[in-house]
Amino acid sequence: MIAASGLLSFKLGKRRARSQLENNEPLRSMPIYHGLYVSLWTILPPIFLLILFLIFKNNILDYLITPFISASTITMGLDEVIYVKNSLMNNISNLNNLIDSDFLSKEMAYSLYGKYSLGRLVIFGSLVILSIIFSFLTFKKLSVRFDARRRVESIFKFIFFLFSTMAVLTTVGIILSLIFETIRFFSHVGFFEFIFGTHWSPQTSIREDQVGSSGSFGAIPLFTGTLLITAVAMSIAAPLGLYSAIFLSQYAKPRTRDWLKPILEILAGIPTVVYGFFAALTVGPFVRSCGEYLGLTVATESALAAGAVMGVMIIPYVSSLSDDVMSAVPVSLRDGSLALGATKAETVKKVIFPAALPGIVSALLLAISRAIGETMIVVMAAGLAANLTANPLSAVTTVTVQIVTLLVGDQEFDSAKTLAAFALGLMLFAITLVLNIFAMIIVRRYRERYE
Amino acid sequence: MNDSLKNKSLIKCSDVNVYYADQQALFNINLDIKEKEVTSLIGPSGCGKSTFLRCINRMNDVIDICKVEGSIKIDNQNIYDPEVDVVELRSRIGMVFQKPNPFPKSVYDNVAYGPKLHGRILHQSDLDSKVQESLERAGLWAEVKDRLQEPGTSLSGGQQQRLCIARAIAIDPSVILMDEPCSALDPIATAKIEELIDELKSKYTITIVTHSMQQAARVSQRTAFFHLGKLIEVGDTEKIFRSPEHEQTEAYVTGRYG
Repeated sequence: MIAASGLLSFKLGKRRARSQLENNEPLRSMPIYHGLYVSLWTILPPIFLLILFLIFKNNILDYLITPFISASTITMGLDEVIYVKNSLMNNISNLNNLIDSDFLSKEMAYSLYGKYSLGRLVIFGSLVILSIIFSFLTFKKLSVRFDARRRVESIFKFIFFLFSTMAVLTTVGIILSLIFETIRFFSHVGFFEFIFGTHWSPQTSIREDQVGSSGSFGAIPLFTGTLLITAVAMSIAAPLGLYSAIFLSQYAKPRTRDWLKPILEILAGIPTVVYGFFAALTVGPFVRSCGEYLGLTVATESALAAGAVMGVMIIPYVSSLSDDVMSAVPVSLRDGSLALGATKAETVKKVIFPAALPGIVSALLLAISRAIGETMIVVMAAGLAANLTANPLSAVTTVTVQIVTLLVGDQEFDSAKTLAAFALGLMLFAITLVLNIFAMIIVRRYRERYE
Repeated sequence: MNDSLKNKSLIKCSDVNVYYADQQALFNINLDIKEKEVTSLIGPSGCGKSTFLRCINRMNDVIDICKVEGSIKIDNQNIYDPEVDVVELRSRIGMVFQKPNPFPKSVYDNVAYGPKLHGRILHQSDLDSKVQESLERAGLWAEVKDRLQEPGTSLSGGQQQRLCIARAIAIDPSVILMDEPCSALDPIATAKIEELIDELKSKYTITIVTHSMQQAARVSQRTAFFHLGKLIEVGDTEKIFRSPEHEQTEAYVTGRYG
């Protein structure tokens, strides 16, 4: 309906502009802008009003329902009031459900539904009236001298600005929710106990008197586990990625590069779950049998297996980005070096690699932050045991894995156990943020040098 | 052709044909370049003079689709022989490019790059004196002797180009190829480079591609005129500019063409 009214007002505005065009001096703006101007003012105010209503919908419903509850029930605890309120809110759009819900007598149900319907009608009517008022007002403003084009431009500017802030606001919202839950967590568990504690066993019990009811939330083993797996992954991804990038950018013929690069990038497109069972079912047992052959004890779920597979997964992050930066090193530098009698390898080592180094470093940092945040492979292949160890052959667990296991249980949502997930998430976010900022700073410096 | 007789030919090119994929860029070029002289290659854009220059140190090998036929002999050795080591060949020929292209390293490391690469200099003190000697010969020493550790890219355009020349002569080449070395420079920097070329010719055989007729007239002893991939005329610079044999050459050097 909004679209129809928009279209109608657009046509009207355009026609009015046209009619003035015929008998008067030339228009300042094209007729289409007159149409757009009217139509935008017809559509946008009701849309904003609607959004406003949606945001405050619960408050309005609450306001409607509250008198009925205080009238109907005798004495209820706070929890029950909330429960009744919620079930009424959920059923309010359907009269029969409202009658069946047992909380209200039939007359009260009718009365509540009547008020609800009236409210809807009022809202709907106000939208229509608002739309008509605005379209009428703007329609009046149209004239030959009217600069509709510039006004439409500024309206669009505003709309685009609004959309661009959406992403930012979402990010801010996520961070804020993390921060608040983290603060709640630290009211259960001390900050330093969390940061520096070396023992992780988040088993809070249901009854107070059970053994180990307090649980312990030392995050160190998780972060060392993350670090260990990331280190294993990077020790595979960095050399493989860099050498393939050097091959792609310096040695490969354009045709080879054309098919080789997309194939490498496919690695990044494989779902991490698939990598996960590849790690758990193929690489893990393989690593173990190799270890046994060498006389080492290797857990089936080992940091080595998970890290190795993760390394393969992030190869394209390293190779693709490094290839781009090395290809971006000016050809004149390469030619200059070759003309002095350097071989290709010497040129790569002494000129191209140093020149591309900042870009390569930032590619590596991005790959690291990808590895830190990776969950699925580790869940499936590295185990759940929070061991504080630097031995890649033993089972370890990571921050992300623990977040998953903390939230998968059926604990109530404000126990220390579930809140710990938010604290871990916030720390993880902080770490990857710092890494990304580093990468960005380095890339910026690199750009400046070549302009 | 009335060539000057005082110097012997160092580079002898016979029947050089160059193809980019299916397109022929040079047609049967026969050109001798004489020792310790400046030879300039002139001609309108796209006539193949830069392509020809890049044949002399086999820089065209870098381009995949480029194919070179014929023979180019330096000191009576055909550089397109299969046994010839391209890397060794290039270490005997210096090249200066159109745009100054110092490496993103210090001034010192830029000049020391070649000598270090070829392992000809073993002691640090020898390397220091080599760098100084090359910079002096390139007329840059006085300007940069206190900023040897600054990045080469921080110098001005003209200084950068002279740094590239110093870098090229640091490997003791017998030939220096210059591909429009002044096209990115202002007139003052250009004058300095031209002066430098004049001094360098006592020691090196120089071939320069240029778009500026005045520059060719000022710095070179011999001039070769290219047009549409063909060598139209070659001879003493004076003769090419005063009384060329070919009509096309005359039209080009007097500015009526190209």
